[in-house]
Amino acid sequence: MDTAFISEYAPLYIEAAGVTLWLGSLGILLALAVGLFCSFIQYFRIPVLRYIASAYIELSRNTPLLVQLFFLYFGLPKLGISLSSEVCAVVGLSFLGGGYMAEAFRSGFQAVEKGQMEAGLSLGLSSGQIMRYIVFPQALSVSVPALCANVVFLLKETSVFSAVALADLMYVAKDLIGLYYKTEEALFMLVAAYLIILLPVSVLAAALERRLRYAGFGN
Amino acid sequence: MDFEEVLLEVRHLHKDYGNGPVLEDVSFQVHKGEVIVIIGPSGCGKSTLLRCINGLEEIVSGGIWLDGEAVGKDKAKWREVRQKVGMVFQNYDLFPHMTVIDNILLGPVKVQKREKKKAEEEAEKLLERVGLLDKKKAYPRQLSGGQKQRVAIVQALIMKPELMLFDEVTAALDPEMVREVLDVMLELAKGGSTMLIVTHEMQFARAVADRIIFLDEGRIAETGLPEAFFDQPKTERACRFLDTFLF
Repeated sequence: MDTAFISEYAPLYIEAAGVTLWLGSLGILLALAVGLFCSFIQYFRIPVLRYIASAYIELSRNTPLLVQLFFLYFGLPKLGISLSSEVCAVVGLSFLGGGYMAEAFRSGFQAVEKGQMEAGLSLGLSSGQIMRYIVFPQALSVSVPALCANVVFLLKETSVFSAVALADLMYVAKDLIGLYYKTEEALFMLVAAYLIILLPVSVLAAALERRLRYAGFGN
Repeated sequence: MDFEEVLLEVRHLHKDYGNGPVLEDVSFQVHKGEVIVIIGPSGCGKSTLLRCINGLEEIVSGGIWLDGEAVGKDKAKWREVRQKVGMVFQNYDLFPHMTVIDNILLGPVKVQKREKKKAEEEAEKLLERVGLLDKKKAYPRQLSGGQKQRVAIVQALIMKPELMLFDEVTAALDPEMVREVLDVMLELAKGGSTMLIVTHEMQFARAVADRIIFLDEGRIAETGLPEAFFDQPKTERACRFLDTFLF
């Protein structure tokens, strides 16, 4: 392995990792917001909107991110809407992630017993207060493992961003292979970069799950 | 005992879930300070009746008056009513993610906007009364069923309700825990609380009630003083029901 090559081009990877992390985080935050919004709509059974939410969830979960990105990047300009690579990446990731996050939140809401709502009502709490103090905290603690798994999954999905001409980690690796034929070194750095980003996230997620699961609620 | 002021009045209450009536033409009054025990076979509508009074079920026709005011028409009104009417359920529905003290303080602090410190002092006094002050920081999961029910009673009491509803609060408990919960209720009754109790504990009903309402198939079949009802039931249906408790 050519170590000189690795040290020469490592900065390129660091820069690309920044792009991956920045756009990935933004997409994930938006996905959480979209998912939470959809799950609220479904929980409160808001007429009409709940069907739109279900349709969206099925659409986002049953189409590949690559196809979604192609639609945004190559399809939309035909309709007169041109988006930059960055915007496409963030919109695509939050579109995909929103569906997964909504399902994670939904499973949490479903796990909260119906009696909890009635106990809250009988104390005179409003439905907003019941959501905020009683239902949501319990639902969230159930959802956390699924939400964390989604975060890791979505960070990995960012590797298709290169398909819409975005200089992320995958893009840099492909570029170096194309230019210098240093396949081994380029791929080694790519794997290392993803591991450096994702391992801490996974460890953090596991710690968070343990805390919520075992430290809380008197277990 | 004489009771003068009417606190709750239920008039011609009718309720059904779409397949036949659950409650039919139920009318009665609860006076301030009175303890009424509702008994009757399973499925006779006892729990539904309590749930209607607390607005957890919509009524089909008839009306409910609390303190002379008609309730049940608009949703916002129910929140006020529920502060005046405390309810304890069969399945000790405490909030599992909160400690005992947080469970108790949720109502007074978030609904009644009372000062947290004062409410906490009061909560401690109530916890002491039910013998659970040492469980203040415990989570519901760490308590026995009987302890949970006593916390649930404190949770309702701290709102200073004018009327307390108890829906088969000992039905899901192990036998040895029934007593500790009934003792708390008996003490409340002696202290002058107005209570509407649904129970299958006949000895307890006899000891605590000022009046018994016997409900059968959604109708009030018989009402009377506890001694009269238990010793000389007037209706044949009540006789048969009471017989099932004798071995």
